[in-house]
Amino acid sequence: MSATTLPAPASYATVSYGLRSWLLTTDHKRIAILYMISITVLFVIGGLAATLMRVELLTPGGRLMDDATYNKLFSVHGIIMVFFFLIPSIPTVLGNFLVPLMIGARDLAFPRLNLASWYIFMLGAAFMLWAIFTGGIDTGWTFYTPFSTSSSTTKVVPALLGIFISGFSSILTGLNFIVTIHRMRAPGLTWFRLPLFLWSLYATSVILVLATPVLGMTLVLVALERVLHVGIFDPALGGDPLLFQHMFWFYSHPAVYVMILPGMGVTSELIAAFTHRQVFGYRFVALASVAIAVLGFLVWGHHMFVAGMSVHAALIFSILSYLVAIPSAIKVFNWTASLHRGAISLDTPLLYALGFVGLFTIGGLTGLFLAALAIDVHVTDTYFVIAHFHYIMVGGMVMAYLGGLHYWWPKITGRLYPEIWGKLAALTVFLGFNLTFFPQYIMGYLGMPRRYHVYPAEFQVFHVLSTAGASILAVGYLLPLVYFLLSLWHGQQATANPWGATGLEWQTSSPPPPHNFVDKPVVTSEPYNYPTREPAHG
Amino acid sequence: MAERRTTLSGRSAVPTAPGLGGHVAAERPPALAEHFETLEQQHGVNALGMLVFLGSELMFFGMLFTVYTAYRLRYPEAFAMGSRHLDLALGGINTAVLIISTLMMALAEHSALRGERRWLPRYLALAILLGLLFLGIKGLEYYHHAQEQLLPGFAFSFSGPAAEQVQLFFLLYYAMTGLHAVHLTAGIGVACVMLALAWRGGLLGAEHWPLEMLGLYWNFVDIIWLFLFPLLYLVGRP
Repeated sequence: MSATTLPAPASYATVSYGLRSWLLTTDHKRIAILYMISITVLFVIGGLAATLMRVELLTPGGRLMDDATYNKLFSVHGIIMVFFFLIPSIPTVLGNFLVPLMIGARDLAFPRLNLASWYIFMLGAAFMLWAIFTGGIDTGWTFYTPFSTSSSTTKVVPALLGIFISGFSSILTGLNFIVTIHRMRAPGLTWFRLPLFLWSLYATSVILVLATPVLGMTLVLVALERVLHVGIFDPALGGDPLLFQHMFWFYSHPAVYVMILPGMGVTSELIAAFTHRQVFGYRFVALASVAIAVLGFLVWGHHMFVAGMSVHAALIFSILSYLVAIPSAIKVFNWTASLHRGAISLDTPLLYALGFVGLFTIGGLTGLFLAALAIDVHVTDTYFVIAHFHYIMVGGMVMAYLGGLHYWWPKITGRLYPEIWGKLAALTVFLGFNLTFFPQYIMGYLGMPRRYHVYPAEFQVFHVLSTAGASILAVGYLLPLVYFLLSLWHGQQATANPWGATGLEWQTSSPPPPHNFVDKPVVTSEPYNYPTREPAHG
Repeated sequence: MAERRTTLSGRSAVPTAPGLGGHVAAERPPALAEHFETLEQQHGVNALGMLVFLGSELMFFGMLFTVYTAYRLRYPEAFAMGSRHLDLALGGINTAVLIISTLMMALAEHSALRGERRWLPRYLALAILLGLLFLGIKGLEYYHHAQEQLLPGFAFSFSGPAAEQVQLFFLLYYAMTGLHAVHLTAGIGVACVMLALAWRGGLLGAEHWPLEMLGLYWNFVDIIWLFLFPLLYLVGRP
């Protein structure tokens, strides 16, 4: 508005040109763009693997490929999507771009470390791609021993190295966020005035910093056993394969929350911005993120109910897993309550946010089935589990990532995307997603095991539905890729605050200047301080 | 609405351009990075960053401690037998060496804070030398193990029952002490850079904070060893 009468300063994107100015940048906004490009490429690779799998699964007989190829495909899909797309996605792209902007800082606490973490990520990704393209890997993303240490003949060690290296990138990003949020907030920006996105990123960062090292050392031990043939996890050599599973899931269950908490944070922002009101129960939603992070460290055993575990341990892990439902439900109820009497604008980002709430709820509730010991025994390692975590990770995190990209695209690029195409894509993604994964709940419950490409003919109808849905989903993902790219040249110029949203990031120009703010911001009010409307009587 | 505008628009706590805020624009100290407001903020950021980093480091070692504990509980005799092949004397000397090096590091920090230009490089050099001595003694121990054919996966021969479990003990021993040695090596490397700075008269008084960060790290590496020593060397000893 009137604040933009001064001549606009050069934006972060145009302040200097050339590849060198990007590859040696310490500007958190440019690093976010580097991450965005990198993980988009990796997402396409992981998506191609999934596409081939879905095509193969059209027929029950295994006509397209042999078992070994199929094993490699689901391993590539899982490893790339988990470690090289979902875990970095929202934190490294939207988080990197927005954390300093949202707290009124010039940059993250450690700008050079931030750039270093991107290079480390790329090095890890390079090792992984090398492993994939020079022979592949067939262990699944879980690297279960003793198969990964003694039986598999594929490129396990380079793949482990790739994940180990990229882990340091996660740790450094998490460290950067924690310190930045603690120490660099603008005057007046107290903890309970922070945007909910930052609460969720803070909780995520704690997980990244504390859990990633455990995975790192576990993978080192797997590699050592594979190279030296000393029994750490292989029972034939005196090791204990269950110990591997404990160590792996001690990281990988909290990592599931790394793959959902940032999505919850984005959803909170979207719901506040498009209902034009404070998120209902702000403090509960904020603290629920912390509760999920803490509880997330205590439930890893529920991945091992059928692996051999004492009844007492199983009961405790089952109860703790149920407890996660409480903070999750607090979030869902509060988001829903925020819609009530909100001034709703049904724009593309809100469509994604609503999709997130619905799909996360389905994914979360089916998670309760899996926390129940008896049902878990029935559906372990079936498509029921596959459908459950895809509802969380794709229906949740990917929807939130797309919603966030649409919401902040004008801020990031200074351009508007075509709203009508945005809405169309959001609906396509929602429909395609449900058609892909809902049949998987049913066939999983009926007994279709995961990781098999030859299956009884009675499941074919579900697989055909699922593949049809995946085709629609692919279109839904391609659409934003196209219109986002086109908007860079043809999109309408965005104003500083096209959505009329609160939040410090909307108080600077779009795209922001290199140092984010011309004047150091001061915060004197609560978050999401939208003008209150006259309450309706009754 | 009006209130929202005042929260975020043009009010400026620190004028960024000279002239805008008149004489308030104090000159920035050269050590202050451009994205911080004050040296205190920068110092707080660095200290917290180091503590979070050490928290993460603790989980690296903690994972190995957990695996070690799990197998030691399962194979108590084999682990006691393996531990008998470690040199208690050399390990004990090394413990003392590392503790004294930490003392030197603390003294270096202390003398930097008090601006004692002559003492700072000496204490730092002593800390580095003692760190190197630790690595040397550790290397000597490794050399002895190699001569005794106690290298898991490469050359391991152990006569007696439960050779596999003893080999597992040694693998974990190498993993834990090796990871510790890597950390000490990194610390020595950084300390050498600091020594060069201190030699030229840097790091004194208000500029001592890099040394404080190194001190935190050095203490952490020391403390890890104080757990490693009894865990590995004193298994089942009376």
